[in-house]
Amino acid sequence: MSVYKRAQRPSATFPDHVLSEIHRAADQGIYEIRGFGAKRRVPGFDDLLFLGASVSRYPLEGYREACGTDVVLGTRHAKNPLRLKIPITIAGMSFGALGANAKESLGRAATAMGTSTTTGDGGMTVEERSASETLVYQVLPSRYGLNPDDLRKADALEVVVGQGAKPGGGGMLLGQKITERVAGMRTLPEGIDQRSACRHPDWTGPDDLEIKINELREITDWRVPIYVKVGATRTRYDVQLAVKAGADVVVVDGMQGGTAATQDVFIEHVGIPTLPAVRLAVEALKELRMHRKVQLIVSGGIRSGADVAKALALGADAVSIGSAAMVALGCNKPVYEDDYARLGTEPGCCHHCHTGACPVGITTQRPELEERLPPEVGARRMRNYLATLVLELQTIARACGKSHVHNLEPEDMVALTVEAAAMARVPLAGTDWIPGWRE
Amino acid sequence: MREFDLEVDSVRDLNAALHALTEEDRDRDFLVCHPNGRHSVAVGAMLEADIRIEGHVGYYCAGMNQRARVQVRGNVGPGVAENMMSGMVQVTGNASQYAGASGRGGLLVIEGDASSRCGISMKGVNIVVRGSVGHMSAFMAQAGALVVCGDAGQHLGDSIYEARLYVRGTVRSLGADCVEKDMTDEHVKELSGLLLAAGIEADAREFRRYGSARRLYNFNIDHVDEY
Ligand code: SF4
Repeated sequence: MSVYKRAQRPSATFPDHVLSEIHRAADQGIYEIRGFGAKRRVPGFDDLLFLGASVSRYPLEGYREACGTDVVLGTRHAKNPLRLKIPITIAGMSFGALGANAKESLGRAATAMGTSTTTGDGGMTVEERSASETLVYQVLPSRYGLNPDDLRKADALEVVVGQGAKPGGGGMLLGQKITERVAGMRTLPEGIDQRSACRHPDWTGPDDLEIKINELREITDWRVPIYVKVGATRTRYDVQLAVKAGADVVVVDGMQGGTAATQDVFIEHVGIPTLPAVRLAVEALKELRMHRKVQLIVSGGIRSGADVAKALALGADAVSIGSAAMVALGCNKPVYEDDYARLGTEPGCCHHCHTGACPVGITTQRPELEERLPPEVGARRMRNYLATLVLELQTIARACGKSHVHNLEPEDMVALTVEAAAMARVPLAGTDWIPGWRE
Repeated sequence: MREFDLEVDSVRDLNAALHALTEEDRDRDFLVCHPNGRHSVAVGAMLEADIRIEGHVGYYCAGMNQRARVQVRGNVGPGVAENMMSGMVQVTGNASQYAGASGRGGLLVIEGDASSRCGISMKGVNIVVRGSVGHMSAFMAQAGALVVCGDAGQHLGDSIYEARLYVRGTVRSLGADCVEKDMTDEHVKELSGLLLAAGIEADAREFRRYGSARRLYNFNIDHVDEY
């Protein structure tokens, strides 16, 4: 080995993880399929700060003065809009990707906190319907398990056009996760890879979507709100087209959003971060004079009450959490470390949801692993986590002098980086400069 | 007989009446006039009923049908009987794209031709087409049977799972993982039953059967050219 350290420096173009991926691809001849969300750093809510109240405005007393958190979703056309106590909902995750105990845990916690949970690819299970007081039923391109009886049992419908982790791409539930029950729900043989289509089978463009939404309203007698969920890409146009198509609620999922299984190249390289997506979606709604008339739910990498507060301050009506909910249930927790090792990973780095061998019993159908997450334990953890998010959200809102979390506004924030300032359209801290902004 | 004239009544009136039907209702015959291409006509029916639609309809006619018998005396737009669960939907004319998309049960009969993607993502519905079907029909078809008495367009049965395809005429081309299979007595029997139920006189032995080669069921790098 050379005594000159320069000779041993790694390549910036080929750092360790890139070398390792090329080696793996050469050995296996297939792209990497994995779960979880983007691992690269992108501009995000951590790059924003709140300006608490001081002389120019006064704060509200923590714990004493009221700070409302309720939200009504689906006020545009639905006879029965959803009235949630908190603006934090649980994102769609399929039974199949998640085990029954994890789904039940989420449902019970959401019910206890007065919020909604969401089905996923594969349809609605009896357990999740009974555990969830407010359940959003997804209408996905695969149409696995879709049926009109469940449509009528749902409290809202969500037409999924795309997902932040893989906008423009379908899904893949690998054969190792396809048990008899999961296969039966999807009308497919046990043990085969289940591809989920990237486009709906019976409509393509925005004009068709309008007719599709109308059909769903007719079938449900205009009772329930209809959401349209898009992965964040051309957000301005997608949001406006969803509104034009008649959506009651638009869900925008940024690239940090998780998935049960898709190509790594998709997760890391397609879509835009949640931060600019919120701002673009709000601008799109305002341009149509539909902000707050069509509600906006934002998801993709929401982890803390601060993230929730920032999304709301930028103009979202509510947020949705998926990956963070799984972490609350125990994902990547430093327990059962031997089982993480058997998957070739360790707590903190795991993204092996696609294997069906989740060490903490969340994304698995194996009874011996599922036992590690009894529903009452999972529900308690999830409820605690949601309660913490709400307390953090209220703490920030009160500190900014707001009696309702929806009164937070962009003017309450500054950015730490030029990128975040440009994306969120709030000034760089200590300046009045918003890059790219012209009056 | 309940009559709905869609020049006077709305599609909402019709669908609400269908959804309000109860098991006790005796009058379960519906006549729908002047549909004039309207969308979502007779969607979400839940109970046994006879619904006759006199004229052409737009998108999603008889969508998610359960138990009802729907007859359209005319042509239908895209997505007729999409996701139907049971019952029977009969179209005397031609059907646009996605006929019977993701249907899970029941029988869809198209007396004329069906356009592209007929039976896309079908999950148990049986579809009988007296005429021909367009390209990409039975794409990702999971279960059920698609019977084509005429010809099939390009890429029939692309990425098919366990659905069974019967074609009497020519097949322009087969899609990925779709192959011709033996026509056994069991299949002749199934096909004869479907033709009979559809009211189509044809000899099942004149048909050829197609289905999945099951090579794409689990990813294999050596089959990458087929994706
Ligand atoms: S711990 Fe379980 S849920 Fe979390 S990434 Fe690993 S396999 Fe997925």
